[in-house]
Amino acid sequence: MCLGIPGQIIAISDPARQMGLAEISGVRREVSLAPVADRPLDRLVGEWVLIHVGFAMAVIDAAEAAATLEALRELGEAQEALDQMAEGDRALAASPAPAEGAA
Amino acid sequence: MRYVEEFRDPTKARALLKAIARSAETLGASRAAPIRIMEICGGHTHSIFRYGLDKLVHEGIEFIHGPGCPVCVLPRSRVDEAVALAERPGVIFTTFGDAMRVPGTSRSLLQAKAQGADVRTVYSPLDALELARRHPDREVIFFGLGFETTTPSTALSVQQAASEGLTNFSVFVNHITVPPPLKALLEDPHMLLDGFVGPGHVSMVIGTHPYDFIARDYGKPLVVAGFEPLDLLQSVLMVLKQIRDGRAEIENQYARVVPEHGNPVSLAAIEAVYEPRPSFEWRGLGEIDASGLRMREAFRAFDAEARFQVGYGAPQGRAQVPDPEGCACGQVMTGRMKPTACPQFGRGCTPDTPLGALMVSSEGACAAYWTYGGARVAAE
Amino acid sequence: MNAASKPSRLRDTHVTLSHGGGGRAMRDLIEEVFTDVFRPEGDEDQARLTDAALATPGARLAFTTDSFVVTPLEFPGGDIGKLAVCGTVNDLAVGGARPLWLSAAFIIEEGTEIALLRRIVASMAREAEAAGVRIVTGDTKVVGRGSGDGVFITTSGVGVIPAGRDLGAARIREGDVALVNGVLGDHGATILAARGDLALSTPLESDCQSLTHLMEAVLAAAPGTRAARDATRGGLASTLNEMAEAAGVTVELDEAALPLRTEVKGLCEILGLDPLYLANEGTLVLFVPEAEAEAALAAMRAIPAGRDAAIVGRAGPRGAVPVTMRTAFGGQRIVDMLVGEQLPRIC
Repeated sequence: MCLGIPGQIIAISDPARQMGLAEISGVRREVSLAPVADRPLDRLVGEWVLIHVGFAMAVIDAAEAAATLEALRELGEAQEALDQMAEGDRALAASPAPAEGAA
Repeated sequence: MRYVEEFRDPTKARALLKAIARSAETLGASRAAPIRIMEICGGHTHSIFRYGLDKLVHEGIEFIHGPGCPVCVLPRSRVDEAVALAERPGVIFTTFGDAMRVPGTSRSLLQAKAQGADVRTVYSPLDALELARRHPDREVIFFGLGFETTTPSTALSVQQAASEGLTNFSVFVNHITVPPPLKALLEDPHMLLDGFVGPGHVSMVIGTHPYDFIARDYGKPLVVAGFEPLDLLQSVLMVLKQIRDGRAEIENQYARVVPEHGNPVSLAAIEAVYEPRPSFEWRGLGEIDASGLRMREAFRAFDAEARFQVGYGAPQGRAQVPDPEGCACGQVMTGRMKPTACPQFGRGCTPDTPLGALMVSSEGACAAYWTYGGARVAAE
Repeated sequence: MNAASKPSRLRDTHVTLSHGGGGRAMRDLIEEVFTDVFRPEGDEDQARLTDAALATPGARLAFTTDSFVVTPLEFPGGDIGKLAVCGTVNDLAVGGARPLWLSAAFIIEEGTEIALLRRIVASMAREAEAAGVRIVTGDTKVVGRGSGDGVFITTSGVGVIPAGRDLGAARIREGDVALVNGVLGDHGATILAARGDLALSTPLESDCQSLTHLMEAVLAAAPGTRAARDATRGGLASTLNEMAEAAGVTVELDEAALPLRTEVKGLCEILGLDPLYLANEGTLVLFVPEAEAEAALAAMRAIPAGRDAAIVGRAGPRGAVPVTMRTAFGGQRIVDMLVGEQLPRIC
């Protein structure tokens, strides 16, 4: 449910109504900043937010996003190491490839 | 697009798929005896099919599609009530596009529009509010749909309308909450689930604690997930790890967006404007206690049901409307039946001639199977 | 134009029912707003036309008609007039014809601004000149307020298909390569944003343009070209489905190869739409034998209308699902016909 997409706040358009201008891949729309207005509005300019039905619902945490991607990168390396080990042991195990199962 | 493209990286996906396969093997999962993971949210169902994840993951993982599509879980009677509101003289009825084609007993909102009702698709309740400002002589009603993600948007809009003194704006409230139907599903002895992928955008509002009972009382793992393919795959892997370690916890894969305690402003707005209904009717699940919201007394002027005496606000009570004959949306919606097992799938029910909402909404499991070919590619 | 040098007899600023009544007001409107612009040499109506190409043995006549309705009437990158010329010219061009003559019939709603009509007509004249066609006959009717949406235009077009040219979807064969001449969905996205009810602003412009010169360049470089269609309503997805079915082949698209502007992608993410179903008004899809694919691509890229041309897919053997897409993520999905119209969604 609930289509939500990241956009960047580029200006505060109506401070009284807590409205700001968000840019999503070059498309602009005025959005309500109310859900993330628990901080001074001008501090939101430049922030990336998650937008749902015209409301900025959350400020995206750049450090958490980077941590998730880093974990995935490490997982990739670990898998590669496992693959190399598996190759060495090929005589012992005949493990099926993952992508071929559900044709 | 930042925070989107990075989470669609096929290279990282391959590593995740391998890790999932290794875990599935370790757990002895197979096509005959799969690990059954329910993605609660229709947005996840959509992503699974859009990226073909169901076919890419190890065959021992089975996705069970949950009841998290707010349009799909609406009973037909609610669509009928929306149509009745839309057809009142002087009304501008505003809705998200999702609800336009959902069939009611005699017609959908799209058909009501063709027959003369002023029905308008909007992107945001703020746009409905703007219409109310511009047309003071008309009654502007907004079709308030959605789970906790969307509820704050109508709550904040109603608060805004109240502060501006707008008297021609109201909301037909169909907001529902995620935890009660999950409880209903977990109480069903036929539902054999090994774990859950939790709804990321609902959780950004409510946080992760409302799911605690799932781990504590039912011993099932749940991982709150984002909507990009890497988010989903990583969450599946996290569920598998919990199963392997014999843990049942609520974990958060989508920490870049979901704070542990949710969004305080949104929660406060919901709390200020809405209160739980004693019960609310769900398609396929029937009436569930405290699963829907209605406006508090102080905001009753903005409640379309009370204002126009329809639905739960009708003095004579609501009419129950059964699903059309042969429509198994209820069973599919609750994961008890695969879309393709429904006798009407692709026969009496297609996106051109939908019997039920699951074939209409892009989040509906049936529409996802149809659109992205889960059924037809497999049948080749 | 000649119209500018004559004193204007039109006193009204808006069209009234009397402009459709058959009297002097109607004559003034037709002459000043339409015929003086379209036929400055003062040709008679009931066009009697000659063209050397028609007398060439083996040449065939191509004839097509299309009606145009659009809200708003003017939008970034064009207006209903430009659309009405390009649409019919492109119908002829993708069939291999050289467009020669157009008719233009207008249904005008009472209350329409005459200045707006003049802008629409000027834009038609400009586009006709660019496409190398003449608007030789036409008609106007005025309907009461509320019976129309400003202006509706129907254009019909006549062209000549030179001898030896035979384009048609039925000629597409397994192994043929599918190309597009430019980015997808600009028109549909522009119109959605221009309607204003979604309160979205974008720098996008409609791709509305005539494809006559592009088609001639392609056919010179890739004479084996099998078929072309302009991917208008229903977008690339619907057009490919029609072509694949007509040819009895399947088509597999390569998602990573599809030319899409960032803003179109962004708008689609916001509204939950699929750019493959957004309308285009100056974008065509071509099937050419594999051996000529690079030549066709280079020929398109050499001219402005084909700057963003790309190879986007390939025809395969007959199958149950006409069009599929290899996703950038490595999966495969069905690309079905559009059901109804795409509606913005939240979930």
